[in-house]
Amino acid sequence: MDNILSVLIFFPAIAGLLGFVIDKNSIRAYGISVAAVEFALSLFLWATFDGTSAAMQFVELIPIVPDFGISYYVAVDGISLFLVIMATLMTLIGIISMSVKNEIKNMVITLLFLEMTMVGVFVSLDVIVFYLFWELSLVPMLYIIGAWGGPLRVYAAIKFFLYTFTGSLIMLVGILFLAFTYYDIVGVWSFALTDWYQLKMGVNVQLWLFAAFFIGFAIKVPMFPFHTWLPYAHGQAPTIGSVILAAVLLKMGTYGFVRFSLPLFPDASVIMIVPIAVIAIIMIIYTAMVAYAQEDIKQVIAYSSVSHMGIIMLGAFAMNTQGISGSIFQMLAHGIVSGAMFMLVGMIYDRRHTKLMSEFGGLALVMPRYAMIFGIMLMASVGLPLTIGFVGEFLVLIGFYKVSPILTILAGASIIVGAVYMLSLFKKTFFGEVTNEENKKLLDIDARETFSLVPLVLIVVWLGVYPTPILKPIDVSVSSMLELMEAKAVKPKTKELIASMRSEDKEEN
Amino acid sequence: MLGQISITMQELNLPTLIPMLIAVCGGLLILIIDLIKNDLHKSFYVMMMILILFVDFGSVLSLVVNDRGFFDLILVDGIAIVTQLLILVTSMLFIPLALTSKRFHEFSYPEFFALFLFMIAGFQFMVTSDNLILIFVGLETASLSLYTLIAMHNRSNSYEAAVKYFTMGAVAAGFFAMGSALIYATTGSIELYAIKDVIGDRLNEPGLSAVIIAGGVLLLISFAFKISLFPFHTWVPDVYEGAPAPLAGYMSIVPKIATFVVALRIFGTYIDLGIEPIRVIILVLAVLTMTLANIMALVQEDVKRMLAYSSIAHAGFVMSALALGTTKGDVSIFVYYTLFMFTNLGAFTMLWISRHKKRRYSLRFDHPYEKFAGLIKVIPMGAVVMALFMLSLAGVPPFSVFWGKLYIMSAAVDKGYIWLAVIMGLNSAIAAYYYLKLIVYMFLKEPNKDMNTVYYNISKPLMVIIGIAVIVTVTSVFFFQQLLSYITYMIDYSVL
Repeated sequence: MDNILSVLIFFPAIAGLLGFVIDKNSIRAYGISVAAVEFALSLFLWATFDGTSAAMQFVELIPIVPDFGISYYVAVDGISLFLVIMATLMTLIGIISMSVKNEIKNMVITLLFLEMTMVGVFVSLDVIVFYLFWELSLVPMLYIIGAWGGPLRVYAAIKFFLYTFTGSLIMLVGILFLAFTYYDIVGVWSFALTDWYQLKMGVNVQLWLFAAFFIGFAIKVPMFPFHTWLPYAHGQAPTIGSVILAAVLLKMGTYGFVRFSLPLFPDASVIMIVPIAVIAIIMIIYTAMVAYAQEDIKQVIAYSSVSHMGIIMLGAFAMNTQGISGSIFQMLAHGIVSGAMFMLVGMIYDRRHTKLMSEFGGLALVMPRYAMIFGIMLMASVGLPLTIGFVGEFLVLIGFYKVSPILTILAGASIIVGAVYMLSLFKKTFFGEVTNEENKKLLDIDARETFSLVPLVLIVVWLGVYPTPILKPIDVSVSSMLELMEAKAVKPKTKELIASMRSEDKEEN
Repeated sequence: MLGQISITMQELNLPTLIPMLIAVCGGLLILIIDLIKNDLHKSFYVMMMILILFVDFGSVLSLVVNDRGFFDLILVDGIAIVTQLLILVTSMLFIPLALTSKRFHEFSYPEFFALFLFMIAGFQFMVTSDNLILIFVGLETASLSLYTLIAMHNRSNSYEAAVKYFTMGAVAAGFFAMGSALIYATTGSIELYAIKDVIGDRLNEPGLSAVIIAGGVLLLISFAFKISLFPFHTWVPDVYEGAPAPLAGYMSIVPKIATFVVALRIFGTYIDLGIEPIRVIILVLAVLTMTLANIMALVQEDVKRMLAYSSIAHAGFVMSALALGTTKGDVSIFVYYTLFMFTNLGAFTMLWISRHKKRRYSLRFDHPYEKFAGLIKVIPMGAVVMALFMLSLAGVPPFSVFWGKLYIMSAAVDKGYIWLAVIMGLNSAIAAYYYLKLIVYMFLKEPNKDMNTVYYNISKPLMVIIGIAVIVTVTSVFFFQQLLSYITYMIDYSVL
């Protein structure tokens, strides 16, 4: 199947359209089946993917607006492959675990459209098509938060939409300028990313363009100080919305940095290492402290998300294979772990209709299985060795240590802060006596919930112990990207830095 | 004594006049039919109109590009052809909207349709000429017909709208006359191509450049009234509110695009000759128009008024393309309006569907936001369609207006106006808020309990028009290439 990527993109969309005619009592089964098929297709993509090659694979190129250089251009490499798989996996598990009862038909159809845009973002190599999916993903999320969310849902939904929309429009200006620069030099219009990769630009131009793309991506990540929309969005979103938002939508921003900012603007990226690292460390430490001060379990996890995104950002700007591969691995890890955490919070919310820590205590006695899974996910979240969270964090720290030992030590110290708030959350909620009468009658997780959580637990342990099958293809693509960056850099200092990083990488291999 | 004037039919080149003649004769035909048999149903006239417009459309397609005729008053260049096609397509989409399930009396008068055709003829004259007098005559013919069409919607605020529009139009006409007079005084010509030569020669003569610029500014003010640029936009919300919804949608497109063509012919000349003050004034007006109209739209309580301000903001967008003075900028004007036309007309048609004949939703407004609360539960398809139009207007890809926006912003970036592109981007973000507000009402709020106040004026013809608008809005990505290459080809073949 050479056109499997198109199938992956449009299968959920067509299924979503057909979903309108399905009876609302069968729609849940329909949603699960479609998402399962989509997930199976993405696994098939992995199976047929050549992990030893750094080239773009499964390329499809169909011109749409040849006069203006826009074409339907999709392909996948080691960087995007696993993000696609994670997107389809989290959608599947999200639909299985979904506890929404009202208007479930609209919810399932919306999720399927959202899945199309998520896959589309990760596999598009034409920048306009990328932008198209990027913007389109806002609409289903707006609806999910706005229709099924908490009391402030409309405010949260609009804030989410406008924030991201504004950032991406600035990015659009950057995209158009870059396209014009390409046209100016080459003489034809093209929005194909692989064409743009060949473009050498002056440092000044690079810095301006970096800034334009930065605004678009940083709001999505969200980076400090653009993170203020996220706690609202998470606080008001229904469980399924938070799961998808944390697991996949935030990754679009960091993926954008790795896919666009680094290889397109190598000199600007190297210049921006320190500023970005400082912001990332502020993100890690500041939001960890804010998380510690929260009383709502979901808010703790929301802020911890921002904190973890800081680690991902730090790794992305390490300019070496370990750092960037670790950052991509951490995207996957965070997707799975935070997705699972939000599901877990959703389960307790369904039972008690509150998410305040003070309402709970001693849950380990009443819900032992729930407590165990929560514990495993929590450990993965703080980066305990042999869990998925450790691998990414460790690689990021090693990678960044080569850039700046001091900043790395600061970042490493913050992992301890992370452990503090997470463990205190665990203590307050699960240990001690059952103080609240209402909690005594709570039921442990049922079969459906177990079924949606156990696969994630298995992945957390499997990839924590043996991450190679995923790390290898990522490594291959990342080192070829670094090679490209070295070749493209115009400043000798940049070339030197990347070259030294690359030679160290080679020695270690 | 004048010598004998001999003119051959060859020189007259009457075929260039055929499109306007078809419209005028069609209008007369409708009046004659009314004389012979006076109780014909409106559906008869609507279908007659579509047929006449179809013939007109065919005649425009058969015009020879860059032809002159009728004592050189008529200039058939690429722009003229593209604009006429656009005007005719918009009109063909507009006319069936008369066939609502409820009877609105103005559509029962054959005079309505006759006037409508005279208006189209006026616009056609306006865009196919580079003679200031003929442009003026075309503009006034079209405007007078349009005032009457608005007033025929028999409500007190329609009269208000018509009178307001008429007054503003009269002021604009005055400015046009004064501007033309200044230009004639300095150049001795009313033909734009001759004016261009003279201005080019005499621009650096002391004292003269001020007069030339003053003439340009006066003309610009006159167009600013018609295109609704800040600060001459104040009539728009009231007039749109008073006019029936489809006519308001029509007014947000056809008169504006016709005026844009004239502005393009005149200010294109100014900008080509390097008269920077005019370019600066246009840019400032455009930026102020899009920003202030967007901010005003945020606080509107009525959807129709919101759409009025939104169409002002879109006009500001397009106006800034005019200041670029590049082929790409000129192309983007037409690309934008073509794509915008379907979406905007569709949005106004959705308001038309929800219009009650007598009872208003509230004392003040016909279409307040509350009226659309929970529309997804009342008519799901209607809500989805309206949401599509709103997303398209907000510039969310892949819907039609996004491609127009993309192209205009790209044109601005190409010319080095990056700040302009950034302002356009920020304005789109502001605009997204008020479009989203309607979506929020439709999808996320509970329906109003008193359902009698929401009234559905739907009929098969309206559904067909909405369907066409939806299809174009959603599938625009597939024909953007064809549109782009056709319009670029046509603009390249223009005299500018």
